[in-house]
Amino acid sequence: MAEATASTHIEHSGPDAGITRWLYTTNHKDIGTLYLWFSFLMFLFGGVLALVVRAELFQPGLQFIEPQLFNQMTTMHGLIMVFGAIMPAFVGFANWLIPMMVGAPDMALPRMNNLSFWILPFAFAMLASTFLMPGGAPDFGWTFYAPLSTTYAPDSVTFFILAIHLMGASSIMGSINIIATILNMRTPGMKLMDMPLFVWSWLITAYLLIAVMPVLAGVVTMMLFDIHFGTSFFNAAGGGDPVLFQHVFWFFGHPEVYIMILPAFGIVSHVIPAFSRKPLFGYSSMVYAMAAIAIMSMVVWAHHMFTVGMPTVAQLIFMYLTMLIAVPTGVKVFNWISTMWRGSITYETPMMFAIAFIILFTLGGFTGIMLAIAPADYQYHDTYFVVAHFHYVLVAGALFGIFSGIYYWFPKWSGKMYNEGLAKLHFWLSFIGFNLTFFVQHFSGLAGMPRRIPDYALQFADFNMISSIGAYLFGFSQLLFLFILVSAIRSGKPATQEVWDNAEGLEWTVPTPAPYHTFETPPEFKSRRAH
Amino acid sequence: MAFMSRLSRLSVALAGLFCSAFVLADSTMMEAIPPFNMTQGVTSISQEAYWLHMAVFWITVGIGLVVFGVMFWSMIFHRRSPDRQPATFDDNKALEITWTVAAFLILVVMAWPATMTMLKIGDTSDSDLTIEARGYQWKWQYKYLDEDRNAQVSFFSNLATPAGEIENRQTKGEYYLLEVDEMLVIPTHRKVRFLVTSNDVIHAFWVPDFGIKSDAIPGYINERWVRVEQPGIYRGQCTELCGRNHGFMPIVVRAVEAAEYDQWYAQKLAQQKEIDALSQQEWTAEQLFSLGEEVYVKHCLVCHQANGQGVPPAFPSLVGTEMVLTDKEGHIDIVYNGKAGTAMQAFGVQLNPVDLAAVIHYERHAWGNDSGDVTTPLDILKFAQKQ
Amino acid sequence: MTSASSLARAGQQRAKRTAIRVASVGVLMFGFAFALVPLYDMVCNAIGLNGKTNTDAYSYDSARTSVDKTRLIRVEFLTINNDYMPWKFYADKSSVRVHPGELKTATFHVHNPTDRVMVGQAVPNVAPSQTARYFHKTECFCFEQQRLAPGESLEMPLRFLVDTELPAGIRTISLSYTLFDASDYASPEASGLENQVGLGQTVPTQEVIGRGQ
Repeated sequence: MAEATASTHIEHSGPDAGITRWLYTTNHKDIGTLYLWFSFLMFLFGGVLALVVRAELFQPGLQFIEPQLFNQMTTMHGLIMVFGAIMPAFVGFANWLIPMMVGAPDMALPRMNNLSFWILPFAFAMLASTFLMPGGAPDFGWTFYAPLSTTYAPDSVTFFILAIHLMGASSIMGSINIIATILNMRTPGMKLMDMPLFVWSWLITAYLLIAVMPVLAGVVTMMLFDIHFGTSFFNAAGGGDPVLFQHVFWFFGHPEVYIMILPAFGIVSHVIPAFSRKPLFGYSSMVYAMAAIAIMSMVVWAHHMFTVGMPTVAQLIFMYLTMLIAVPTGVKVFNWISTMWRGSITYETPMMFAIAFIILFTLGGFTGIMLAIAPADYQYHDTYFVVAHFHYVLVAGALFGIFSGIYYWFPKWSGKMYNEGLAKLHFWLSFIGFNLTFFVQHFSGLAGMPRRIPDYALQFADFNMISSIGAYLFGFSQLLFLFILVSAIRSGKPATQEVWDNAEGLEWTVPTPAPYHTFETPPEFKSRRAH
Repeated sequence: MAFMSRLSRLSVALAGLFCSAFVLADSTMMEAIPPFNMTQGVTSISQEAYWLHMAVFWITVGIGLVVFGVMFWSMIFHRRSPDRQPATFDDNKALEITWTVAAFLILVVMAWPATMTMLKIGDTSDSDLTIEARGYQWKWQYKYLDEDRNAQVSFFSNLATPAGEIENRQTKGEYYLLEVDEMLVIPTHRKVRFLVTSNDVIHAFWVPDFGIKSDAIPGYINERWVRVEQPGIYRGQCTELCGRNHGFMPIVVRAVEAAEYDQWYAQKLAQQKEIDALSQQEWTAEQLFSLGEEVYVKHCLVCHQANGQGVPPAFPSLVGTEMVLTDKEGHIDIVYNGKAGTAMQAFGVQLNPVDLAAVIHYERHAWGNDSGDVTTPLDILKFAQKQ
Repeated sequence: MTSASSLARAGQQRAKRTAIRVASVGVLMFGFAFALVPLYDMVCNAIGLNGKTNTDAYSYDSARTSVDKTRLIRVEFLTINNDYMPWKFYADKSSVRVHPGELKTATFHVHNPTDRVMVGQAVPNVAPSQTARYFHKTECFCFEQQRLAPGESLEMPLRFLVDTELPAGIRTISLSYTLFDASDYASPEASGLENQVGLGQTVPTQEVIGRGQ
């Protein structure tokens, strides 16, 4: 009965009314919307935690929270931003865009799609509830190194493990769905090398997720067994090894950072050509570069562990491999700039964010090369220099990519135009706030400030004050973003059919706003590359 | 106030930093601006790390100027204008191969000196002196591994910044959070080898001026070496998240000329032996109480608080409890051996019998507690022997 | 329309097959995470990663091992008690000098001062880490756990040799033993309690020579 209803819905009708539309939906657009709003909620939650951290660090001395709580704040901030904000946001984009970009009526496995979203609220409710437990939330850092996260962990670690399992399951199901859709549901005539770059970026990301999320699941399972069932994977007393934890964790963890940036590469590769009014430069090298980055990301994990005490030869090998990743990454940057070259550029908000993405991500890439140099890394490791580095790639990289994509596709999705003036204001506030927050962290890190400390020596005071001011500016400007979206949905001007003059791809051929069901008949597709 | 003066300095700092931060490194404007670049340090390793850092930094600045130069040129001169059509090219194989190869060659240039430095760091042979640095939650223990086991000096190094400064009740001193009760002392001009390990969770031993950072991992010993040419005091911190007081376990090293070092070592060793002797001597309740208060402030106050009432349930109260009032043996036991599964550590290995006796005596008589007994160093020694 | 929807349906059929294939890769990778555990141990054993020394007795043949009298290596012993491990634990000598190829014995002592039966596990590690593969233990208390009754003491031998292939520049090897409280991980073969006594019973302090020789 339920099945019959569901299938009729897919074939013929619009959305249900009320809450059941969202609970039972198998529509890729609805699920995409759910993912995006959920990730925005998590972004605000993780942001509040970051602001608590920055409030405590505004001045030297302990002001607001005691050190244990501080550790909980940094840990949960990291976990929520990585697993709750950035990753679900990209899955939201994938849901909305992949079927529309490949000319498919929906995702390949719509019911699993519903499940993979609805797991998330439970996972994060469980994770957030640890704040209320005796002993507090996880306080061992988002990298949860054993034995701090096993023998010495608060009791809530079990809930943390279960939450990680749930979000891992959600990610894996999402990835399976994305791969199945991309490989099987493309409109006739669309070859792999005809696919839009966002689709390519997600195909590669999904494979990475399939390869490494199970490893994360494995490592937390081992923790669970160590804590509750007397095994000793990571406990030296029983013959285990805490360093093994780091190897397994970073085997997941390093690809994970590319999982968070590749879809942003995809988004920017759509926005830059659209506003440069010129085709993307070097399509195939872009694809190969992403594939190369993904493959190499699996063999560089130990550059997070230079100070662990590996043999010199091993450190050198990981150093060289890490430096090599700069090549395909550099190629991508060069290609984006070549796309702009002799174009006809205009600066709407998506383009502003995309340009900021290129500049700031490249800066993050530069510090990445510096960090790869092992002897220098001995000085950088676990300082604010690293904090600055990964916020340049994850905030200015992943998050600005998301902002760019939202402003770019939102009018087509919703049928409403956002307020360009306010959006520009959002851009500039974010840009200034971000740099104020994180640029100075390079300096405090180089001057010797370790990360994850609630209080610091006096020579770091000025930098931290600037950083905190920037963080509040950045944080509160995101409320402006919320206002822009809500007011556009409620009372925005209707968007035009084409929205932007030169946006290319099947998703722009559907009416504005995108109807509930699109491409029930596969669209005509003519390969531009097969001239 | 400190807050206002800092705010007023911010504009100076900001202007300096955002314009040409790294160029200013050696200039005289430094007074207004806090340190913001990697230290050159005082060892050959730290100096090489610094030069690698600066070399790679300038290379990336060079790349950045070219890449962003092209980009900004395009952003300015390739804006939409009615009299110009956008180009349509989307490929240029020669160009793509060129920049791929160029990027690779630049990386090779960087990798070469980095490799040389790495090999040097790995060479710990022929050291003159070995010191074991062991991380504890949340302090460091240093042990000088003399060949004669009876001549090995060993001591703990705790944060010396008073709680009042941390809680903003007192003005913060110059070396806020970077000061310890007892510094690690090393000789200059000698190759000192550190063996870094941990007692509980993973810590990291880092002294920026030495250019060495090493994780302290339970069950492992990690090796690093330094040869300091310049006498002085060098400050660092634990750099691996290790729990609540991760931010409060600094490392302070005093490098002194060899002669002064030898003198210090002999003195320290004698002192250590003296404490053993002291333990056997008679103590009055008053002496114990006042010494005990000092020890309490240094080692117990963070958790059990100044009023002894702790922060239950994590840190239980010491006021009026059964153990404090009657069970002296149990009290000694918990202080000496710690309590597994809680934050209570085994102080038996960290404090000498005199300090142990004093602090236990203090706890049994402070805050209105009146156990009516006296705890002497001899009690502690007896307890230890019975173990 | 019909052909279109049948096309989509065919697509979905293929998609299910893809999904199953991809999911099985995921399952494999989950297994791979666990395979990393023995893999890691193998790598550690093969190249001495992180200074981990051999965990099983090295077979030593005196007839075939030549002693390199031209070199003298200092082997330094560190004894470390892990958190909450109340045993007394120390080596007879803080270091010994040994020629490569020469079999040497060192003695370690443990004493359980508590009033309960406890099991200890010593975890060896050497620095510099690349010397791990040249440091061979023919007999070591770290190969097995030690079970000590309250107040019991134990003398534990370590018999080792340094390989003649040890790289030329190395003159000192530091060998550390970190003693962990392994009471929760006790294996039935834990040594040191041949004719022992149930939990909680006290036995007089005595010197017991370690098993396994």
